[in-house]
Amino acid sequence: MALVELRNISKIYYVGDEEIRALDDITLDIQSGEFISIIGPSGSGKSTLMHILGCLDSPTKGTIQLDGTLLHNASPAQLAAFRNRKIGFVFQFFNLLPKLNVLQNIELPMVYSSVPARERKERALNALKMVGMDNRAKHRPLQLSGGQQQRAAIARALVNNPRIVFADEPTGNLDSRTGEAILDLFLQLSREGRTIVLVTHDPEIAAVTPRRIEIRDGKIAKTLDPKLAGLETK
Amino acid sequence: MNLWITISIGFKEIWAHKFRSLLTMLGIILGVSSLVAMSALVKGMENGMREALIAIGGLEKVRVEAQEVPAYQEHLADQAVGCTINDVYALQHSAPLVKLITPEIDLYRTTVSRQGKYFNPFVVAGTWPSAVEMNQHVVQYGRMFNDIDDSNARSVCVIGTATRDALFGAPDDIGHEIIPLGDRININGQLFTIIGMFKHYESEQARLERELEKNQPAGTSKGSARSRGHGHSSGGFVFWLKNATIYIPLNTMWIKFRTATGTNNIPDPRLSSLTFKIADINRMDTALQQAHNVLMHTHNQIEDFAFRTMENWSENITAAIKNARLSGGIIAAISLVVGGIGIMNIMFASITERIREIGLRKAIGATTFSIFIQILVESVVIAVIGGLAGLLNSYGLVKLLTALSPTNNAPQITFVAMLVAFAFSAGVGVVAGLLPALKAARLDPIEALRYE
Ligand SMILES: Nc1ncnc2c1ncn2[C@@H]1O[C@H](COP(=O)(O)OP(=O)(O)O)[C@@H](O)[C@H]1O
Ligand SMILES: [Mg+2]
Repeated sequence: MALVELRNISKIYYVGDEEIRALDDITLDIQSGEFISIIGPSGSGKSTLMHILGCLDSPTKGTIQLDGTLLHNASPAQLAAFRNRKIGFVFQFFNLLPKLNVLQNIELPMVYSSVPARERKERALNALKMVGMDNRAKHRPLQLSGGQQQRAAIARALVNNPRIVFADEPTGNLDSRTGEAILDLFLQLSREGRTIVLVTHDPEIAAVTPRRIEIRDGKIAKTLDPKLAGLETK
Repeated sequence: MNLWITISIGFKEIWAHKFRSLLTMLGIILGVSSLVAMSALVKGMENGMREALIAIGGLEKVRVEAQEVPAYQEHLADQAVGCTINDVYALQHSAPLVKLITPEIDLYRTTVSRQGKYFNPFVVAGTWPSAVEMNQHVVQYGRMFNDIDDSNARSVCVIGTATRDALFGAPDDIGHEIIPLGDRININGQLFTIIGMFKHYESEQARLERELEKNQPAGTSKGSARSRGHGHSSGGFVFWLKNATIYIPLNTMWIKFRTATGTNNIPDPRLSSLTFKIADINRMDTALQQAHNVLMHTHNQIEDFAFRTMENWSENITAAIKNARLSGGIIAAISLVVGGIGIMNIMFASITERIREIGLRKAIGATTFSIFIQILVESVVIAVIGGLAGLLNSYGLVKLLTALSPTNNAPQITFVAMLVAFAFSAGVGVVAGLLPALKAARLDPIEALRYE
């Protein structure tokens, strides 16, 4: 069974009388351990897809199964628990809390899963080591460069050992060299066995990942090799 | 999510906006401290009232006073006899619920003098020896006059310390206490021998202040004018009045000061007042009815008298205390409400500033409930810190109030008042935090994360 199974997902927004199909009948499987990029122009529905995959949003139509659980049956508290333990998010604008230092920021997901303080610190330090930031634990986010902040954010996404990590334009706010370093970090994490979904509008970045899914106007683009949609195993 | 972590987040949030939080807390601080201070003042008033009540002679005391003949008996007015000694004997024999009776003829606007020193007591009273028990006097030096002094109409008197202070000098001024037994004083031109002196009466507070002063080295006598309780300051008046007592035998009063006129060779036999105590405070109504019946009989069914109970007096004071409590409570409640609105306002501002933070917290696993609790706890933490500061501040406020208007009823801060005020502040925090917490908890994480 796939880690994530999306079946005929649509997301429709109504703005006044206008109907916006942000996602239109998307069917998609993601296996554990995959490194996937979701690519498409701005406004094509990548972020919407990622939010639905990440249990932040629910589809208008269709079903999602995450790690064997059908999400439309889950309560809001269960969804929060999924986000906390099974999913890690990395954002374009890092979203570190400016009042907390790096270590405290990384501890935050564990605070919501009631991990005891000592273990929290230990695991946060380990996650910092993983992203090569263990010498910056006591810094405030604003004392760090963009690349360093994104590394800290990745450490935060990893600290609860999630089943899958979603990164929405993680290099979008970084210069190209720093962006490459972050991509290298994702590649390394992928080699360590993490499941990673990278959302980007940049084909060069998407080229890094073994599997690419192209989205256009809310649909999976037919131009793409169907094998890449993960549906045809042959 | 652990409550301690939530509370510590609240503290950090407040610490990050120290000045803003302080301003927000002001309302709560004022509310709590005025609540505590007001209740302290009221408590002081109650203490003062209790002491004064004891000084006056207790609740079971009833005073019979002459009053105008009621309208429906107007035509009988010239047959009204007034209160006389006959009433006393009648009550003694026919009203079993009446325990102790003291007649009194009062002499107002008197001048008491001795060797060029003058004193104007409020009243000189001609009475029976039982007045000591009736008014809870303590004869510290000498003795009270007795029935023989009375029946012989001897020119003797028993005085209080205020009279002594005025005519012989106060211990504070001359350095030692004069006990003027055997000395003679002049009451409206008649010579009287002092045969007894009462102890000095004062409120518990005045006594404490005086003791304190005694133990201090000489020269630091700030506020000594008031500390002996001789002044006319509001709370001490009852005590001053009691210290200014001058008692002479009833018959002496009658013969020496109620002069016979040409048309009537018997001096006016009417008593100024007649005081009795009833045996059982719980049967006050029955006792009054009994006394009323007896007196109606001796007064030829003309109702030219009225009863004044200490209950009337204490009811007045109780009403005043109730008013003070109510207005104090309203002031405190308004400050607390204003404080609560301030907190609500600041919490709304705070969550608007932190929309992205809330979105992020939700994305990494915060439940709706934990966000709700976090905001609510922050609100309560502000209110509780304000409440604690208010409790500290209330000591200062009480000091300030007593400095502004000195009173003999020392305000007393009670633990219960502090507890109630503190609980109120926490409650205000909860109520003020509800709406902001609900708003924060309901934020859509996607929109919140996109928020600039
Ligand atoms: N809350 C919303 N209300 C209305 N339309 C929305 C909303 N969110 C997204 N959309 C629309 O859905 C489409 C897909 O948006 P999005 O997933 O953010 O695109 P991408 O991330 O690929 O740039 C866009 O046309 C966008 O305008
Ligand atoms: Mg996007």
